[in-house]
Amino acid sequence: MHQSGGTASASPTERKHYSLSSQPANGYEHQSGNGFNHQDHNSQNADGLETNALPTPIANPQIVYTKVFIGNEWHESCSGRKIPVYNPTTEKLLCEVEEADSDDVDKAVRSARAAFQMGSPWRSMDASDRGHLLNRLADLVERDRLLLATLEALNCGKVFLMAYFVDLMATIKTLRYYSGWADKIHGKTIPVDGEYFTYTRHEPIGVCGQIIPWNFPLMMFVWKIAPALCCGNTVVIKPAEQTPLSALHMAALIKEVAGFPPGVVNVLPGYGQTAGCAISHHMDIDKVAFTGSTAVGKLIQKAAGESNLKRVTLELGGKNPNIVFADCDLEYAVEQAHSGLFFNQGQCCLAGSRVFVEEPIYEEFVRRSVEKARSKVLGNPLLPGVDQGPQIDQKQFDKIMELIESGKREGATLECGGSPGGQQGLFIQPTVFSNVRDHMRIAKEEIFGPVQQIMCFRSINEVIQRANATQYGLAAGVFTNDINKALTVSSALQAGMVWVNCYNAMSIQCPFGGFKMSGNGRELGEYALQEYTEIKAVTIRISQKSS
Amino acid sequence: MTRAEMVLSALFYQSRCTRNDVLTFLMFQLFINNEWQDAVSGKTFPTINPASGEVICQVAEADEADVEKAVKAASNAFRLGSPWRRMDASHRGLLLNRLADAIERDAAYLAELETLDNGKPYAVAYAVDLPTVVKCLRYYAGWADKWEGKTIPIDGDYFCYTRHEPVGVCGQIIPWNFPLLMQAWKLGPALATGNTVVMKVAEQTPLTALYVASLIKEVGFPEGVVNILPGMGPTAGAAIARHMDVDKVAFTGSTEVGHLIQQASGSSNLKKVTLELGGKSPNIILSDADMEYAVEQSHFALFFNQGQCCCAGSRTYVQADVYDEFVERSVERAKKRVVGDPFDLKTEQGPQIDQEQFNKILGYISSGKREGAKLMCGGGIAADRGYFIQPTVFGDVQDNMTIAREEIFGPVMQILKFKTLEEVVTRANDTKYGLAAAVFTKDIDKANYVSSGLRAGTVWINCYDVFGAQAPFGGYKASGVGRELGQYGLDNYTEVKTVNTVPIKNLFSALVVCLLHTSLPLCTVLSAAVFPPKNDKKAKFLLFSTKKFNLQNA
Repeated sequence: MHQSGGTASASPTERKHYSLSSQPANGYEHQSGNGFNHQDHNSQNADGLETNALPTPIANPQIVYTKVFIGNEWHESCSGRKIPVYNPTTEKLLCEVEEADSDDVDKAVRSARAAFQMGSPWRSMDASDRGHLLNRLADLVERDRLLLATLEALNCGKVFLMAYFVDLMATIKTLRYYSGWADKIHGKTIPVDGEYFTYTRHEPIGVCGQIIPWNFPLMMFVWKIAPALCCGNTVVIKPAEQTPLSALHMAALIKEVAGFPPGVVNVLPGYGQTAGCAISHHMDIDKVAFTGSTAVGKLIQKAAGESNLKRVTLELGGKNPNIVFADCDLEYAVEQAHSGLFFNQGQCCLAGSRVFVEEPIYEEFVRRSVEKARSKVLGNPLLPGVDQGPQIDQKQFDKIMELIESGKREGATLECGGSPGGQQGLFIQPTVFSNVRDHMRIAKEEIFGPVQQIMCFRSINEVIQRANATQYGLAAGVFTNDINKALTVSSALQAGMVWVNCYNAMSIQCPFGGFKMSGNGRELGEYALQEYTEIKAVTIRISQKSS
Repeated sequence: MTRAEMVLSALFYQSRCTRNDVLTFLMFQLFINNEWQDAVSGKTFPTINPASGEVICQVAEADEADVEKAVKAASNAFRLGSPWRRMDASHRGLLLNRLADAIERDAAYLAELETLDNGKPYAVAYAVDLPTVVKCLRYYAGWADKWEGKTIPIDGDYFCYTRHEPVGVCGQIIPWNFPLLMQAWKLGPALATGNTVVMKVAEQTPLTALYVASLIKEVGFPEGVVNILPGMGPTAGAAIARHMDVDKVAFTGSTEVGHLIQQASGSSNLKKVTLELGGKSPNIILSDADMEYAVEQSHFALFFNQGQCCCAGSRTYVQADVYDEFVERSVERAKKRVVGDPFDLKTEQGPQIDQEQFNKILGYISSGKREGAKLMCGGGIAADRGYFIQPTVFGDVQDNMTIAREEIFGPVMQILKFKTLEEVVTRANDTKYGLAAAVFTKDIDKANYVSSGLRAGTVWINCYDVFGAQAPFGGYKASGVGRELGQYGLDNYTEVKTVNTVPIKNLFSALVVCLLHTSLPLCTVLSAAVFPPKNDKKAKFLLFSTKKFNLQNA
């Protein structure tokens, strides 16, 4: 039956297949049914996904890239200083990387500015070629998927399988998605009054500073660079000081793709107060995009105001309501609310950290949530069977423990957890609080840890009002089988994303961002392109109009 | 790739692969349901090398019974709940990207096959047709998950949104002048938007399409999504056009057959029709244009691909004060055109496609002479075997002559004289066609005046035959219906469904479908418990998590 095999294996040019195989997203390639089809999908075998074993982390991966990446070259930092990089699971030093500060930022901006000069290779490149470069970058990430997932687990404390299946898949898909947009960012021709012809061009903004957090180091890296590059900008990106390793590996891949001109992407590991601050204050950076805390978001916005009015997009904190009505599928809602909070050790801006449960099912919901939380296995995230790793660092650990204490002190009922997990390390037991009141700190402040707050509500109007009574407005969930409740609540909530009967249901095609103090602008989807383009209207005097 | 690299690569390839090897990679049957099948009738037809007139090989000949089989396969692939219908849009895009990769990998081979079967110069096939095919597929790969519906603020207490859904089974009938490229233009948007396809390829040039069929299977399209049938227009083509289960037909070819397709739709099931038909495209040279550049572009505009282009600039209007010089230089250029073996890398012009076209073009040349146009060069046969015709230029052509009104589809250039802008726009528009047009001038006002006055689907200013997968292409008037390429190309393959607040259950399930079907990278893993595990590794992981959930609940 393998007629086409002749074409595949005996291809006249005998060039090696691209390593294109990706995880089939829903397993549908196998739904076509009769088993023998598998042999046709020869490209899928390339990275061994058809074998039976789950992927396993690479043992003791060598850490190769530890320098500052400017102009497609590796540099020592100007100051000669280095950042110690730790494995949060063992709290042992993994390596040291060069520490960029304002001098390095200057250097990188010069490089990015040169790459953006009119007539430069990057500016004169076809849009479709920009897209193709992103696609090739995705191919390389796919090739190095195991290594990158291992680095994420080592450096960030993420559960390896989550890193492999969630972070890496999202990374690859994001690059492919924006690869497709590059030559589809359409301007318009506009029927203006008078004897004129008007059209718009969507042009890149210029040099973009990008500052990303440590909770999804790789995913945040591509969320930032992919739309920026697809629109034709150049980038100076600062990964978090805690988690620079996957970003530096990406820099190496960007160089390997061989097509991104020098200076288009510059990667600078560094601290917020120095390198981050230099980016946001820089007079020759045209735009800054930041993902992180609301407190720092304010500083970024201020810095833009104090310097050159650079464009600002912000993805900040959240205290996201997850509203569970009594008519929902209870077991499913408990499960979703659980993963909606505990995913990634609770270190998500999206975490559903205020679970509002309707009174009739409140006690049962709490009981089942506690059961679920208790069954979580803490441990080394590289090991199979573990589903919660350590928090990122001591500072976060202390902050979370302090908030847990405040919860107890302010009168919430500690249902389970509440203590460090184990004798040492940065582990925290999965923690559930019930009888939480809206005024308590644990109901108002972003905890960014494995601590679930469950509140009780009676009426739909009450819960809408309470859910919106926060400075944040990032995401929200609602669980109900009643179409009217679903539509009413989802329209009324002040949040950038509302999930109905699901939580954390993110996809690259769908915009992501916050109302109120959760941010400015949107990432992902077509909307993100607006954040990386300037619109130019060109009007030409014509001699005679014709419809 | 630079031209030098291209030539090197081509030479390298030719040194390793003799002409006889070419066919060993190929199947000569019908491609239905990802399988190779003989025609139900058992019939075959010969496909001919136009450079020699010799038979290359026999190919299975599809007719109505085979169309029936293919439509069944395509309908089955499109049934609700099928792998193709349930596939993430982004994955449809990934498959198209992989197809582009496979074609890129085998580009030298495909170019050779194209030249053998079609007669176009190998250098052009390799450097123009193949990269354009790859770019087109990549372009539409990107659209797959970006073809967005809207939510609409209608009056009253209703929630309204649109979904862009595939039309269904699409019949596609493509011509012989750009066999690979026309295949990509058709498949790209149809597959990106989630349709299934029954494609009839031209009987003159079935070979590259069959090779691409094998690549379609190789990269993993589900069975029945693409079906490829070599066959004749009056049998297989007609069967597609009048088929009651074909939801849409797209045709590229002559205006004459375009009429038949539209009629067949009307007398069968009112299938959606898109047509890319003939042209008699005006190319207008104003006296202020850069003469040398305009001459070269106008030469290219007509002679490219042996003159076998629907958008050929076959009425070259030149302003009176530069007319004589323009004609003189055009003749000079045409005389220099290298006609010969299409595998010779120096060759600019190969043979015409077949005896019928060859005879038809020679007939037009005779009519031109008879009706009083001035034959400036060429006009005859260029070789004693194969279908070669000399590059031909007519001067003093009048608008009422046959060669100024009918599509010649050969290497025959008509140069006409005009005085004023108003006059030339009127004359240029005085045709049943409206496919393409061009204007050469340095004056921005004149460029704007002429380009907005012309009734044509594409207008080139100071260039000709500039195509991009991103820019729409199609005709006014009898040159066609609809647009291919660009975002506009997606419209042809889309039904828009408006959903208003309807009985509660239905809308709810639609919402859930909407939410759950949007390729949720996080959700796929996080909502493990919702989806039954499948037999891949990730699923094992899901199973693993699910088991744990079950344990917790036990």
